[in-house]
Amino acid sequence: MGAQPLLKIENLVKHFHVRLGAFGERAATVHALDDVSLDIAEGETLSLVGESGCGKSTTGFTILNLHRATSGKVLYKGQDLTALDEKRMRPFRRDLQIVFQDPYSTLNPRMTVGEAIGEPILFHKLATKAELEGKVAALLTDVGLPPRFASRYPHELSGGQRQRVVIARALACQPKFIVCDEAISALDVSIQAQIINLLLDLQEKYGLTYLFIAHDLAVVRHISTRVGVMYLGRLAELGSRDELFQSPLHPYTKALLSAVPETDPALERNRQRQVLQGDVPSPLAPPSGCRFHTRCPIAMEVCRHKVPRWKEARPGHLVACHAVNGE
Amino acid sequence: MTKTGNRLLDVKGLTIEIETRNGSAVVVDGIDLHVDKGETLGVVGESGCGKSLTMLSLMRLLPNKIRVAKGEAHFDGRDLQRMSNRELRKVRGGDIGFVFQDPMTSLNPVMRIGDQLAEPLIYHRGMGRQEARKRAVELLRLVGIPGPEERIQAYPHELSGGMRQRVMIAIGLACEPKLLIADEPTTALDVTIQAQIVDLVKDLREKLGMSVVWITHDLALIAGLVDRVVVLYAGTVVEDAPVDALYANPRHPYTRGLLASIPKLSDQPTSRLNSIGGTPPEPGRRPQGCPFAPRCPLAMDICRTHVPKLEPVAAAGHHRAACFAVEKAQEAA
Repeated sequence: MGAQPLLKIENLVKHFHVRLGAFGERAATVHALDDVSLDIAEGETLSLVGESGCGKSTTGFTILNLHRATSGKVLYKGQDLTALDEKRMRPFRRDLQIVFQDPYSTLNPRMTVGEAIGEPILFHKLATKAELEGKVAALLTDVGLPPRFASRYPHELSGGQRQRVVIARALACQPKFIVCDEAISALDVSIQAQIINLLLDLQEKYGLTYLFIAHDLAVVRHISTRVGVMYLGRLAELGSRDELFQSPLHPYTKALLSAVPETDPALERNRQRQVLQGDVPSPLAPPSGCRFHTRCPIAMEVCRHKVPRWKEARPGHLVACHAVNGE
Repeated sequence: MTKTGNRLLDVKGLTIEIETRNGSAVVVDGIDLHVDKGETLGVVGESGCGKSLTMLSLMRLLPNKIRVAKGEAHFDGRDLQRMSNRELRKVRGGDIGFVFQDPMTSLNPVMRIGDQLAEPLIYHRGMGRQEARKRAVELLRLVGIPGPEERIQAYPHELSGGMRQRVMIAIGLACEPKLLIADEPTTALDVTIQAQIVDLVKDLREKLGMSVVWITHDLALIAGLVDRVVVLYAGTVVEDAPVDALYANPRHPYTRGLLASIPKLSDQPTSRLNSIGGTPPEPGRRPQGCPFAPRCPLAMDICRTHVPKLEPVAAAGHHRAACFAVEKAQEAA
């Protein structure tokens, strides 16, 4: 890992203002992201995990300025992206790309595969029209599709093939950093493995940095350098892959890990799961103090009032919990 | 395995066709499967393998242009395909409960959940409104919804995804069915909620002594839940085995590939996953011979011309696989 992080996120906050009630008569604030800070080193894969509504996708969107941050900074090569307007953001869009979850709705049904992949290349003037065909063919080969696919339409492709096209499109302007927002979640098991391998190959070949947003912990363990666990808009724990999976500190991380099913019938039948009771509280009115205290098996009095400090429990292993290190 | 006495559901040679502009295409090709009384069966396969269509066809709920071409399905000794609509209505939601994949679209958005729960009780069990309402509260409590007395007044949009799925299960269980068919009931849910739902069904099965068919694409999820697993590929059964045998010693190359491509928390993390190359065939473009042959690492000449039958594999009575290369798969392991 290099000393200089590729991306530095400082105290990022994103609130959405919504109107509730049948006639929108009540105003409310969704606390989607609260005070999130992390670094992403060049060439690493940082994964964010958590239940739906925990803010993992919002983090990815806010980093890319697809959501405007409410406060906080996103530093890319020393430049604060949150301060840029759409026009000045444009050159950075080349470096920062995203692959979405659903390969069905992210491809324009009226554009051929070649047009979809070629669009960002022409937009950023990275090739002339004459060179375009060759570029598209090379990108298709990179993602394991035959170049003749360039003339096909999305409806002619399977889900896995579409996701390859979406990845080729993200690669088209030679990005440094790609947000993979649940990029494999909509795919079948046997296809998921293919796409994960493809992402790993491309990372090696082009030195890419990934922010990998997922809910499948077994997949995350497989591909990540570091893992961050989020709960209701805050980071609960962040550490190297091995640290986090072998010696998790936060009770929420432990509960998440114990909920992951394994392909071993004897183990599964006898397993005492530490099942979390109830649902994630609404981000419209997050609990006071530690946001996890309403579901936490070891909640103490202090957890109800005081937000736990984000502290380094072991080198490189950060956690926000009152019960860790007897704070 | 004992004959008919213990069989609750027995499907034989079920073939489902879909009408297209270029004639009909076979999507489910002669499936045999059965569920014994008190047994929990897992039906596993990828999207498009026909697992949901098979179950929908039992209830004659197939969408337009998709129809059963051949085959029979006996439930408790009676052929579901030959029943009159009136008889079938008694079975649907009565003796066979159904839990659909998406609680968002399968609950009625303008009906309070208490009324949706009471509906099958009034229809099938002839209960009065008051009685049905009381039972609805009990059912919500049974599936672990807090404050059921107030919750029966709620509309579906007021509940979270996990809660809605619990309501769906409560509706499926309302008439204490002999068979509960759950079609990917946890796919849209988070892992923590998924674990809650699996534990819930395990619990209820023991309390009510019913049989369960759990349709899923997730082999890990059902490992601790089911007694037996049927693996589908492109509309055919490729393997049928008791759960322990299937995970410990999968015989069909597809099952092997599927199991190998699931990353495990207990494995050493490696940089590359095992994967199955290619994609499943589209319905109507199924290859001649074994449908898995184009993706199979062990494919031989015979696999491309002949369709293998589902046959018992050596020395293991209840373990069946449809593969010409079973012996070879054995050696390759």
